[in-house]
Amino acid sequence: MTDAPDTLERPRSQWRDVWLQFRSHKGAMAGLAVFVTLILFVTLGPLIWRIDPTYIDPDPVRMIRGRNQPPSWAHPLGTDQLGRDMLARMMAGGQVSIAVGLVAMSISVLLGTLVGVLAGYFRKLDNPLMRLTDLFLALPLLPLLLVMVMLFRDALARALGPETGTFLMIVTAIGVTSWMQAARIVRGEVLALKEREFVLAARSIGTPSRRIILRHILPNVMSPIMVAATLGIASAIITESALSFLGLGFPPDFPTWGRLLFDGVDYLQQYPERVIWPGLAISLTVLSVNYIGDGLRDALDPRIRGR
Amino acid sequence: MRDTTAPPPLVRVRGLKIHFPIYTGLFRRHTGDVRAVDDVSFDIWPGETLGLVGESGCGKSTCGRALLRLYEPTAGSVQIAGTDIATLDAGALRRARPMMQMVFQDPQASLNPRMTLADIIGEPLSEHTTLTQDERLARIYELMDQVGLNRRFANRYPHEFSGGQRQRIGIARALALNPKFVVCDEPIAALDVSIQAQVVNLLEDLQDRLGLTYLFISHDLSMVRHIADRVAVMYLGRIAELSPRDALYERPLHPYAQALLSAVPEPDPARESSRRRIILKGDVPSPARPPRGCRFCTRCPQVMPVCREVQPELAEVEPGRLVACHLYTATTQTAGPTGGTEATEHVQQGETP
Repeated sequence: MTDAPDTLERPRSQWRDVWLQFRSHKGAMAGLAVFVTLILFVTLGPLIWRIDPTYIDPDPVRMIRGRNQPPSWAHPLGTDQLGRDMLARMMAGGQVSIAVGLVAMSISVLLGTLVGVLAGYFRKLDNPLMRLTDLFLALPLLPLLLVMVMLFRDALARALGPETGTFLMIVTAIGVTSWMQAARIVRGEVLALKEREFVLAARSIGTPSRRIILRHILPNVMSPIMVAATLGIASAIITESALSFLGLGFPPDFPTWGRLLFDGVDYLQQYPERVIWPGLAISLTVLSVNYIGDGLRDALDPRIRGR
Repeated sequence: MRDTTAPPPLVRVRGLKIHFPIYTGLFRRHTGDVRAVDDVSFDIWPGETLGLVGESGCGKSTCGRALLRLYEPTAGSVQIAGTDIATLDAGALRRARPMMQMVFQDPQASLNPRMTLADIIGEPLSEHTTLTQDERLARIYELMDQVGLNRRFANRYPHEFSGGQRQRIGIARALALNPKFVVCDEPIAALDVSIQAQVVNLLEDLQDRLGLTYLFISHDLSMVRHIADRVAVMYLGRIAELSPRDALYERPLHPYAQALLSAVPEPDPARESSRRRIILKGDVPSPARPPRGCRFCTRCPQVMPVCREVQPELAEVEPGRLVACHLYTATTQTAGPTGGTEATEHVQQGETP
């Protein structure tokens, strides 16, 4: 008892360390800034820029005159082939695209991690779960999505309204068809980790399996999960665009970034900016999320932290 | 060395077998077993240190881990303080965990890199006790004092420590629940020599203060000589000889123990020059196909025909000394325990004569 315990710093929560390290990661902070800006743009933007993104002028003459306008004060990003305001469509589309990306990614990472950890940790579950993963990997995804959409879209739309119903169906469809990569990576990591001596040490202490998984396994498979998650957002946004393009996602007049992109492709030569804006928005989202993931991964690893 | 009428042994191992199944072929058929530990029996008395030595792959670590039921034993019983660990169900085993703990070989691998020192040492406390945050912290500091770690280190992560310090963390974690019995699985093998001495002295010191009982697994024969009271020599999954330390190092009885101990270098150059090494020929047979008869018969310099047929049992040949060798149990031949005759037979790995 040479020095009194109260003069010492109490063991503190590691989340403060994580935040301190995250802040020192320049790329991650830039990514966070861009991502927050994008979110503010799509959520607060429509409150300021109050043009209805689906408004088409009912007067045919004015509608035809107002088509394909270049940028002006009235329409900062111009108008599309039906005279709808592009800025308003970008904002409305961003809401849906970012929400789909985040939710679908969460579903797929949760599923992937769950399957991967269970398969890696419990030997009995390994074979059935990995064969299930192989099964999903072998399924042709687009036809599967088409079937799911055909079967469930109307039922869900009736139950929850067309927008919520379609949203739920799309994120579930993307989520349950994209968890396999994460599951495989996580399983591999868990297989290696569970043979490490600290897991054996936890067992010798008498820690039950669920707490070994939560306390020792999951924090150590964080890196591959982060990578899978950040890449997952990008592919979810793109898959949603593809679905909408095939007419199986949201209704055609309902803007999403993917939809805007595909609509713009037809006018690529005359009005390239109509592809550039949604493309830029998708790229920025993906890039910023990747950098955030990178920074989080570093911040969660005590070996890198404080360097 | 020890009076057998004294208190009953703390650890009582009888006929312990651990076989790892081998699956081969397209259908993963069960085609054999690796007999990592095959019919091992010994006792450890309270407050004693039993050294367990042998070459790599002879089953020392597997045996130590099976004692704490980190591997499921294939057969046999392990009684620690009267409880048969080998047959407890999951709940009872968990409640029995505090009395037996383990110090691991690689201090780098045995500490979770994502937990702070306080979390690592505190994990057994949060699993088995209902201490408040402050009581828990006080106990963590107390443990850190006991193993000689500065209290200021409580917030640091394992990678910030040296090997010796990490091993101290591992020891503190093992001591957190006041165990009676600690398995030290080569706790010094991954450390450099100056640190080895510190850690071994710490272990001895803790044994004196807390009345611990150790199973000290090592391949470092001089270190075992320093710390152990009795020493068991293992070869290919079986105990070849179990003797009090001084008697064993003075005059090993089993031919394998003789060969093993002849490899220990002498610090005294005069004696070192006269030291006669027994060089064994051939390789250790595969534990999946051990030789019939004595496990050591393929390499033994004093092999007899009976050795290839009959497996010798561990028997007391001198007071307190147990040896599994026909040289001592059979009356066919008088013991000539100073080995050194060259093994002339050429034996391939796993060959059964």
